[in-house]
Amino acid sequence: MAASSAISSSSFLSVSQKDAGVSSFYAQPSSSIQMSQKKVSKKIVSVMAPQQSERKPSTTGSVKTGMTMTEKIFSRAAEKPQLNPGDNVWVNVDILMTHDVCGPGCIGIFKKEFGNDAKVWDREKIVIIPDHYIFTSDERANRNVDIIRDFSTEQDIKYFYDIKDRSNFKVNPDYKGVCHVALAQEGHCRPGEVLLGTDSHTCTAGAFGQFATGIGNTDAGFVLGTGKLLLKVPPTLRFVLDGEMPDYLLAKDLILQIIGEISVSGATYKAMEFVGSTIESLTMEERMTLCNMVVEAGGKNGIVPADATTFKYLEDKTSLPYEPVYSDDQARFLAEYRIDVTKLEPLVAKPHSPDNRGLARECKDVKTDRVYIGSCTGGKTEDFLAAARVFLASGKKVKVPTFLVPATQKVWMDLYTLPVPESGGKTCSQIFEEAGCDTPTSPSCGACLGGPQDTYARLNEPQVCVSTTNRNFPGRMGHKEGQIYLASPYTAAASALTGFVTDPREFLR
Amino acid sequence: MAAAASLANPTTFSSSLSRSRHHQPFASLATSNVFNATKQRSFKPLISQSIVSSTSPVTRRTSVVAAATANSSSSASSTSFHGLCYVVGDNIDTDQIIPAEYLTLVPSKPEEYKKLGSYALIGLPASYETRFVEPEEFQSKYKIIIAGDNFGCGSSREHAPVALGAAGVTAVVAESYARIFFRNSVATGEVYPLESEARVCEECKTGDVVTIELEQSLLINHTSGKEYKLKPIGDAGPVIEAGGIFAYARKAGMIPA
Repeated sequence: MAASSAISSSSFLSVSQKDAGVSSFYAQPSSSIQMSQKKVSKKIVSVMAPQQSERKPSTTGSVKTGMTMTEKIFSRAAEKPQLNPGDNVWVNVDILMTHDVCGPGCIGIFKKEFGNDAKVWDREKIVIIPDHYIFTSDERANRNVDIIRDFSTEQDIKYFYDIKDRSNFKVNPDYKGVCHVALAQEGHCRPGEVLLGTDSHTCTAGAFGQFATGIGNTDAGFVLGTGKLLLKVPPTLRFVLDGEMPDYLLAKDLILQIIGEISVSGATYKAMEFVGSTIESLTMEERMTLCNMVVEAGGKNGIVPADATTFKYLEDKTSLPYEPVYSDDQARFLAEYRIDVTKLEPLVAKPHSPDNRGLARECKDVKTDRVYIGSCTGGKTEDFLAAARVFLASGKKVKVPTFLVPATQKVWMDLYTLPVPESGGKTCSQIFEEAGCDTPTSPSCGACLGGPQDTYARLNEPQVCVSTTNRNFPGRMGHKEGQIYLASPYTAAASALTGFVTDPREFLR
Repeated sequence: MAAAASLANPTTFSSSLSRSRHHQPFASLATSNVFNATKQRSFKPLISQSIVSSTSPVTRRTSVVAAATANSSSSASSTSFHGLCYVVGDNIDTDQIIPAEYLTLVPSKPEEYKKLGSYALIGLPASYETRFVEPEEFQSKYKIIIAGDNFGCGSSREHAPVALGAAGVTAVVAESYARIFFRNSVATGEVYPLESEARVCEECKTGDVVTIELEQSLLINHTSGKEYKLKPIGDAGPVIEAGGIFAYARKAGMIPA
């Protein structure tokens, strides 16, 4: 298979033990490292010199072994000076997020376990964001928004991004849209913090150098009452991405590359830490795309060290103090993967798995029935700017229905106001209109996960769809026999122009 | 047209993904909590479902007890699960377990909990010829699910283990689990998530009669006459034993009783 032959050349992907410390610290079963040709040594080497004299308690805690940034966040949140992967600890939660699909269930559990009159642990640390099934006539879906509204009122939740008038999202001043994008845009993501959400893509927020992961209703109900959760410290896989990002690649290609490499269970229970010159060159939205899909590799969380880019983004968004953390030089990683991005090519994940990686150019005979650009993964402002760039470069019209679903109100507004570079002042919306795309629709999760039958752009027939979303398991966008090719916004736009899965270099060169 | 890498035929379970036979690091990183064989059965569902409708067959709790004691071929010990098994392959994601269109059902509402059961595994593709829950039914005749790698991958939706539990599933034996699904199973107590040592999804067939003996960490297939070792539950043990995250926290004094 062509994709794997590109990988087998050792020029741009290598795995190594970071240092001897890795093999000595963990008696890891060797099967847990997929890529390495070397097996992890199972020899356990003494990690501490024998004590010569008794040490007073106050000095003992100062002897620390290096920790990864994820371990450090746990350490601070659990108020324990030293932690190791595998430790189960109670952590203090900085932000809990829920939405319309899981909110009602969490609330039910919260009331059942803590009492009908119980109060949440902190009305300012809970962010409730209706975003999944909003623009639908499904009565239960609409009722679920009412349930989270009632709860937010009762508990005086500070951050409830309500929508009441579904016929016109613009008249709802509080409504945002997709939770993970809203969390970032509203300044709820801060380096060093713990953010939990009742959605698997909560890991998106790791782009801000924090620990962010998805949890279920019961765990969230517990957090609602206590502000804490029992979590296991994950070991970290480190991904070092170097090289100047080619102008036909996006972060989506990077993460598809990685998932294709390690498989959908390659990072189960692990943290995925992204460093390197390429990462440093990525914008916040691109880092969000990268971290967004770590769950597709089974990852517990994704994380990018905070830097000037992060601080700049946060400047006008949050006034709460934060303290970033960084992996120690002596931190121990389970494995380290090195990627030379200059060797990569635009990718797709073919049906029916996010790790079914293929080169876009090798799928050029795959006819597509439609293209979907949206979701927390591929519906942010920069994702649309990227798509617009391809349409602009082509100057032609799309050959298949092309659905545009901005993630949030702010993204929608950007489409209508931001000038697209080198377009002579045109906005994304103008370029999309000239290319014959559908009009950008109301912001929400939309058809990324199918949803109620009347959801805009839902796959109700066994069609092929090229999509900027995050999962393509059977039935993901609706119809069980629908065939979803996951792709970057560049690749999606290129595919819309030809009616076939298309490498964006067809237009960007 | 490029061939879609469609889901494997359930009888072979081969998949392009099986190259990564990934053992659950959760269990392998477990420090000392091997499931104590001498403990009494302590796995109880966390949320007692009081189902209002009198025509509803069983609540979550009674189905677990029924599985353990009603069948004459099971021992009187309450540390066992017994029944027909339903076999699935690798990477069964949450959209297959409970498609997103049914997520408007709120699991903490008894009537909707029951409905979730009727949709359990309805997302499996047509290659699975045997339906898990018959149309018009709310429960499945299959009490135990046997799965390959990475069971429950995808979404964090708690509706997934809930739908299985509501459908009457008592336990899942998978080669490995996705993290959030495993966590949700433990937190809710809806299904007991066990891991096998071998690739049992290739050895068992839907409809086989099986028993899980927790104390001996054994899966017994009565139809084939074979036995399979199960892995110790690991760090999740104390939480399951306590009866879920809330009960565990109460025991630990984290929240008031």
